[in-house]
Amino acid sequence: MSSTTTKTRLGNGLTVILKEMHHAPVATFMVWYRVGSRNELPGHTGVSHWVEHMMFKGTPQIPGDLMERMISREGGHWNAFTWLDYTAYYETMPSNRIDIALRLEADRMVNTIMTPDEVESERTVILSERSMYENQPRFLLDEELTAAAFRVHPYHHEVIGDVVDLQTMTRDMLFEHYRRHYVPANAIAVVVGDFDTSQILSQITELFGSIPAGEETTIVRREEPAQLGERRVVVNGPGDTAYLTFAYHVPGATHPDYPALSLLNAALAGGSSLGMFSGGGSNRSSRLYKALVNTEFAAGVGGSLTPTIDPFLYTLSAVVRSGRTLPEVESALEAELDRLATEPITQVELAKALKRARAQFIMAGESISGQAQLLGAAEATTGDYRWFESVLERLNEVTLDDIERVGRRYLQRRNRTTGWYEPTIDNEGGGRPA
Amino acid sequence: MTVNSYPGPDTIRRHILSNGITVLVYENMSSATVSIEGVVRAGSVVEPADKAGLADFTADMLMRGTHKRTFDEIYETLEMAGAGVAFGSASHTLGFSSHSLAEDLDLALDVIVESLCRPVFPAEQMEKLRGQLITGLQMRANSTRSMAWLAFFEMAYPNHPFGRSSSGYLDTISAMTRQDIVGFYERYYGPRGMIIGIAGAIRADDALRKIESAFGGWRNDDQQVVPIAPEAPRPSGIVRRHVPMPDKHQVDIVMGLPGPRRSAVDYLDASLMNTILGVFGMMGRIGQNVREEQGLAYYASSRLAGGLGPGAWTASAGVALDKVDLAIESIRHEIRRIIDEPVSEQELADSQAFRVGSMPMSLETNGGIADIITDMELYGLGLDYLHRYGEMMNDITIERVQAAARNYLSADNINIAISGPVEAL
Repeated sequence: MSSTTTKTRLGNGLTVILKEMHHAPVATFMVWYRVGSRNELPGHTGVSHWVEHMMFKGTPQIPGDLMERMISREGGHWNAFTWLDYTAYYETMPSNRIDIALRLEADRMVNTIMTPDEVESERTVILSERSMYENQPRFLLDEELTAAAFRVHPYHHEVIGDVVDLQTMTRDMLFEHYRRHYVPANAIAVVVGDFDTSQILSQITELFGSIPAGEETTIVRREEPAQLGERRVVVNGPGDTAYLTFAYHVPGATHPDYPALSLLNAALAGGSSLGMFSGGGSNRSSRLYKALVNTEFAAGVGGSLTPTIDPFLYTLSAVVRSGRTLPEVESALEAELDRLATEPITQVELAKALKRARAQFIMAGESISGQAQLLGAAEATTGDYRWFESVLERLNEVTLDDIERVGRRYLQRRNRTTGWYEPTIDNEGGGRPA
Repeated sequence: MTVNSYPGPDTIRRHILSNGITVLVYENMSSATVSIEGVVRAGSVVEPADKAGLADFTADMLMRGTHKRTFDEIYETLEMAGAGVAFGSASHTLGFSSHSLAEDLDLALDVIVESLCRPVFPAEQMEKLRGQLITGLQMRANSTRSMAWLAFFEMAYPNHPFGRSSSGYLDTISAMTRQDIVGFYERYYGPRGMIIGIAGAIRADDALRKIESAFGGWRNDDQQVVPIAPEAPRPSGIVRRHVPMPDKHQVDIVMGLPGPRRSAVDYLDASLMNTILGVFGMMGRIGQNVREEQGLAYYASSRLAGGLGPGAWTASAGVALDKVDLAIESIRHEIRRIIDEPVSEQELADSQAFRVGSMPMSLETNGGIADIITDMELYGLGLDYLHRYGEMMNDITIERVQAAARNYLSADNINIAISGPVEAL
């Protein structure tokens, strides 16, 4: 299934990544802008995500409802997502109609209107999206935890933004963000699927090549200072269930320690061996599952390592089992982490993590849209799509000593923010709606 | 993959084992993986009210220990190969699925067979699981969305199996005994009516031989038939129910009524009608009205469940407390409009093209193919279903869309469940 991937840079700086896959008559087109919540300062939080919403409102040539029809009436699926480091748009289409997606993205890179009325209407939609998240205990805990872990770096705030900024954001702020960052020099176009490389490259050149280059988004210089001691956060809210999270500062995706951290996460928590977004499947043979769930301290446990540009967080999270307490689960988790010092990850655990990595890599290759996301995220995060394609080679070079070393280095208490979600209300009624 | 290269009578191998299992195999050498989907005819519709959650509990116990392996050994085996096997209960069926590299198919099949045919339901594992299920029910009780759905089903399906939560309740899960689970397993689990769909990098002959050798000897002479859920009454008037959750930030709304079975002659008409109403583009007409034009909600859409029983047609949305009535009225307006006014030719053509054109995306992975061919068998759609699908969809007329809306929807006789920071009614 694998075929050659090519990377080209147009004269105006647009990076173009193309990968032919011919097993289904489908193609995915994505445009990635190297801007996300990482580039937002106080007063502007949530601007990247809000601009993403506004990109669906239309241009003089293609109004929003026509955009929607152009894609959907071909059977296509489209959407967008905003993350710490990037904002990305995609269309997955029957491959013989992928030209529609190309035209649409070229048009809205330059011509999005954003009327004041549209901005006001979207303000309540975005506040509603935030309220939807606020209804969930884990969002409330994650938001406070991340804010406590990052005092300086803009990873401090959630992608959705702070309510006060969402209430006061102006149309000009949104439009300024769009004009500044939605330019070829700051963008990556990715096409994966059933097409001919030279033909699609000439189509992309024709549609995007004449757009003025603009400038790359400037580097974020607000480096987070080293943490000097454990930080603790308690969030109170409704419910009967308590949640515990440990968050450790860890380096970004291109750091030499990242592959060893991926494998540590796989062995410890059953997380994705690839250290990417795709899940790792079940984790019931992992150390933490055995130590916390089999022993009836927690109802579930997981680890999450996310590839980012700047150093971010490695999190271990547990749902406290009914009848147990946060201190009990925290002690059990700490004890299991302490065990790494006396009983390091073994050859058998490493072999399992590597086999899982190979399986996850091959399975990820079945989905055309999945490939486009992995290649684009790699390029946007590390500046090189091959970071994804070469992941197995990097993992195979990791030794048991490397895993032990990164465990010692990063899983230290002084490098940790500990979060508790402590429920305040007992729901009566036996889980039946009143 | 043109229409003619979709899985069909010439490319799907269908074979019935002597014990009644129907096997469907589709060779796809483009990726070195194999996906399996399957159904056993054991579902939650047969649970008595005081045993709500029994089918689900039983399904969750299957991989907790077998004659051959303990819970730990099962997951060690699977995770060592990066393979996944899962069982899950639905209203009429127990479903299972697996995804693995082709080189690990034997291992995945082995785990499926021992879990399904030779589970031992260890008592200590049952207690471990019970605590997890109870924690899950407590999490559900704190989720506005889950509670709106739960309240909706209870009001839309009174005295009907669909009106009970298939995950159960704190009292029913707390009281469940091992004998309940063993009894449910012995009565309903068996090869009769079972379907296995398999797609991936394996020759059909080899796949059939492996399935035959794995499942061919399974018997349960006492296997009872799970009856199909009966019709459900339509509401009269607007029936409204509130689930107050005072410290929440916004309200989830679920509204609707019992809908057509997958076997209804006008099911595709109803399904296409629902595409226009709440799916096409950004959540159809409902999304256009509630989100795009009024900015009331982040999500507002509708869905048609289908299935062997009278699954529901529902519209759902998440809105601020002071916008609840406006959102409900806007959705009722769109229901009324699709009943009273013919859809435009353009809308019909757009939604037909969307439904037909999106099929290749569903068939992109082995998991997607295994899923669809298993459903084709479960619902008796025929091996040529995918070849006929485009024509059937394009034959639907404006009149048929309107007839389906009149047949299945109502703006004035409808159940409305609301959860969040609302007052009790």
